[in-house]
Amino acid sequence: MALHTMTMAELTAGLESGAFTSVDVTRSLLDRIASHDAKLNALITVTGDAALAAAAKADGDRAASNAGVLNGLPIIHKDIFCTRGVKTSCGSKMLDNFVSPYDATVVERLSAAGAVVLGKANMDEFAMGSSNETSFYGPVHNPWDLDCSPGGSSGGSAASVAARFAPAATATDTGGSIRQPAALTNTVGIKPTYGRVSRYGMIAFASSLDQAGTITRTADDAARVLGVMAGFDERDSTSVDVPVPDYLGEIGDSIKGLRVGVVRQHFDEGLDADCAVTVKEAIAVLESLGATTVEVDLPNIDLSVPTYYVVAPAECSSNLSRFDGVRFGHRAENADDLFDLYCRSRGEGFGDEVKRRIMTGAYVLSAGYYDAYYLKAQQVRQLIADDFRKAFADVDVIAGPTTPTPAFKLGDKVDDPITMYLNDIYTIGANLAGLPAISVPCGFVSDLPIGLHLVASHFAESTLLRCAHQYQQQTDWHTACAEGFA
Amino acid sequence: MSLDKDQVQQIATLARLKLSEDEYAESVKKLSKIVDFVDQLSQADTSGVIPMAHPLDLAQRLRPDVVTEPDHRDHYQENAASVTDGLYLVPKVIE
Repeated sequence: MALHTMTMAELTAGLESGAFTSVDVTRSLLDRIASHDAKLNALITVTGDAALAAAAKADGDRAASNAGVLNGLPIIHKDIFCTRGVKTSCGSKMLDNFVSPYDATVVERLSAAGAVVLGKANMDEFAMGSSNETSFYGPVHNPWDLDCSPGGSSGGSAASVAARFAPAATATDTGGSIRQPAALTNTVGIKPTYGRVSRYGMIAFASSLDQAGTITRTADDAARVLGVMAGFDERDSTSVDVPVPDYLGEIGDSIKGLRVGVVRQHFDEGLDADCAVTVKEAIAVLESLGATTVEVDLPNIDLSVPTYYVVAPAECSSNLSRFDGVRFGHRAENADDLFDLYCRSRGEGFGDEVKRRIMTGAYVLSAGYYDAYYLKAQQVRQLIADDFRKAFADVDVIAGPTTPTPAFKLGDKVDDPITMYLNDIYTIGANLAGLPAISVPCGFVSDLPIGLHLVASHFAESTLLRCAHQYQQQTDWHTACAEGFA
Repeated sequence: MSLDKDQVQQIATLARLKLSEDEYAESVKKLSKIVDFVDQLSQADTSGVIPMAHPLDLAQRLRPDVVTEPDHRDHYQENAASVTDGLYLVPKVIE
């Protein structure tokens, strides 16, 4: 079995038995990135020397019986996570010259557990996009069809895992940015509960929605990585001090008796007919495993996308005000005065979509419009969260499609922001309500992968991982690999 | 509701963004579309609904006001375009 095809579980077994070393695995994957990434553009930075040094250290730690839970396992970080001494661009020209002086908590914890960082993944600029086309470093191509988008914003993370560059990648999700690319690349993507994983050192987009998670090929691997990432961090004021369960230990438990809610509105118009059939078949598999299904109602869910496109830009306009051309990031040459320095540094450093969102945010927060847009959106957000709360009184998880269609062609939606925004129609609700959610490969439509989306109540990641894992024990969609990347 | 160029200019100034003429034309078109799209929120009945402040109904945590970090100034300033004697330099503000 080739090293690049192995999951973290399989690699761990091989490292433990001495069948191969972390240096062997790391070398093999770095070679693979070198030979295959020209087709995908999934990575912005490859940290080969540092990876080999970390792998050698991991092998030494194992020999000294001092192996962490992720000892010697390769991982790729989305380029939104600050990594000490390495360029951290967030997919933007603004940060093209930024070398992070510190590690994000996520990076620090994974490295401390023995993970080996291979590089930094391409992404939509500042995580604003659903197709990876807003990246300053160019779009990522979907391994399943190189003319298609892998989704976004974590498109580089998803494409990397789908192309077998690494068994796992970190990612972030503000409106669907982990789950949508996972669905479009036949990978597993989990967005934990808001506050479950520290956001310290994760470049902020919309602070009441942002959450870090993982992209892997199996739920079992997601449990391994998330178990290390999750947990209280005093350096993030929104980090929640709730104990982290043993995700991996609980993953084998049966889902017999699990109550699965199917949202009436999610199978209305807007969902591709073949996707609807495939997702319903996936829900039937959960039933065959002993789950029961009931129809649930989320009456305000249709307003989730417009709510999001008020709240997220408002928070982004505030968060991105830190890029002023003074302390870090792009700085315009020969500014006339301070105002000119700000305006030109930002005008030159940000791309079109980021500027659009900053301006949308500035507008909805401006005098005379605040009540009509921002306050109103926060009220509707409360209604949407209440709908979920009511639904979870009767069900344990809510199941449905992750995306309305399979992957779309690069260039197809780039000129129409609204069409692009509607890609996240099924995923945004979980962000607005702060709920954990996962996308798991559930079949193919027109030879392209799609995902089953599961949402659970706050801090019920264990339930999601268990449900996804049991589904993956019954199905083999996730073992399918794109042609040319096997 | 459509936005006009004056409004977009005002927004760009608030946001400290210098735009080219082409970008203004494009922004008027696309921002108007976005504003039209989010206008559907006005149909929702939100009378008496308290605006959501936090996804988990939690209050902001406080910490004791003590020094926890050593001085990293020189290290952090390596990312700045222009510094002298530990100070960030900007174009002249006071004549």
